[in-house]
Amino acid sequence: MTRPRLVTGARLQYDDVREEHVLLVPEGAVRLNPTAAEVLELCDGERSVDEIVSTLSARYEGADLRDDVQGLVDGLTQRGLVVDAAA
Amino acid sequence: MLQPRPATLIAELSYQCPLHCPYCSNPLDIGHEKYRQELETEHWIRTFREARALGVLQLALTGGEPMLRRDLDELCAGARAAGLYSSLITAGVNFTRERAEALKSAGLDHVQISIQSPDQEDNDRIAGNRSFEKKVAAARVVKELDFPLTINCVLHRQNLDRIEELLDLALDLGAQRVELANTQYYGWAVPNQDALMPSWEQLQRAEQAVQRFREQVGPSVDVLWVLPDFYEDLPKPCMGGWGRTAIVVAPNGDVLPCQAASTIPALEFANVREHPLEWIWNESDAFMRFRGTDWMQEPCRTCPLGRQELDFGGCRCQALRLTGDAAATDPVCRFSPHHERVVAARESAQTDEFVYRAIKRPVRA
Repeated sequence: MTRPRLVTGARLQYDDVREEHVLLVPEGAVRLNPTAAEVLELCDGERSVDEIVSTLSARYEGADLRDDVQGLVDGLTQRGLVVDAAA
Repeated sequence: MLQPRPATLIAELSYQCPLHCPYCSNPLDIGHEKYRQELETEHWIRTFREARALGVLQLALTGGEPMLRRDLDELCAGARAAGLYSSLITAGVNFTRERAEALKSAGLDHVQISIQSPDQEDNDRIAGNRSFEKKVAAARVVKELDFPLTINCVLHRQNLDRIEELLDLALDLGAQRVELANTQYYGWAVPNQDALMPSWEQLQRAEQAVQRFREQVGPSVDVLWVLPDFYEDLPKPCMGGWGRTAIVVAPNGDVLPCQAASTIPALEFANVREHPLEWIWNESDAFMRFRGTDWMQEPCRTCPLGRQELDFGGCRCQALRLTGDAAATDPVCRFSPHHERVVAARESAQTDEFVYRAIKRPVRA
């Protein structure tokens, strides 16, 4: 995975009824915790995983989020919800 | 009492359709006067906003053929403004590039095209309309405009043996999802049961083909295989439970817990022209009648497997049709005293002749 992006048709939204972030996909919705939502907002097909990690790290005072980012991207890739923009 | 939150709104925009599929889930009385009083644009858009406020995220724009609504782009814009993810469920016959572009800019999220068979002649015979080439052309437009594409096919005895060709076609068209839904015996499928009921061997072969395809293609194509419940011995959680996740609005604004609920004669359906959706969901008779588990009779009440909250007693419409009582256990369940009726239906007399869906009166091919 070089430059992750959301699969065609997937859309991030804040569900103000349930008060949580969701990834909307064809005929489904994936509930997201706030961190996952932040990661996915950065999965724009332009940034590499490294760049996503460093962007978040800068935002959170140097915290190491590599495992969290990689785990989320891998999990959603296996479900077909994140794809590689470079592929 | 706190009610569950719905996730899906199924908007049946019109029962008009150029196709005549013999398993259509629409009611047999689609020609009834009441369905000609279709909702106005503003009724639908208000309903979308009210649905979102109740918690709905997914909107299925369906029918009949939703493309026959001239205000479809306005409806898509209204859905997007309300915060809904919209899917167009279409036969693909009227899906011109010009209209598709208008839908795209209005905010439509996803397009699902039905295919009746991967073989042109067979597709057109099952659909009762020369439509195969238009469907393929529509799928290409969907991809060109960068919509996610779902191909759906309702499966039955007369197309199950072509499932590998169907999967190959879906792959070739660039489908991201394939919905393979074995026929459920509601609506027009009931008078066509003898023409549709598959054999166990056909189902086994098809399921193996699906499995092979999944292994070969991986996560880039999501294949949904909807089990044929007549070959099960535990019921499905129909609609995810009555009044629990989904709302169906008929073309005239009647609000139903499922597409087939109008077959239950004892139910009264409130209409969005007269009542707020919130009241209909939370308090109306039709949604309260079979919600939760309090309405259950034996053997559901003391289910030996404790499945009351897993399958919600199965399907109410099927219970009514096969036992005469909509509050009975779905006879798909092996604990139902009527289970032998489901077993007997597997041995349907076989015919290739369809009773085609028609607005005025059923016609025989």
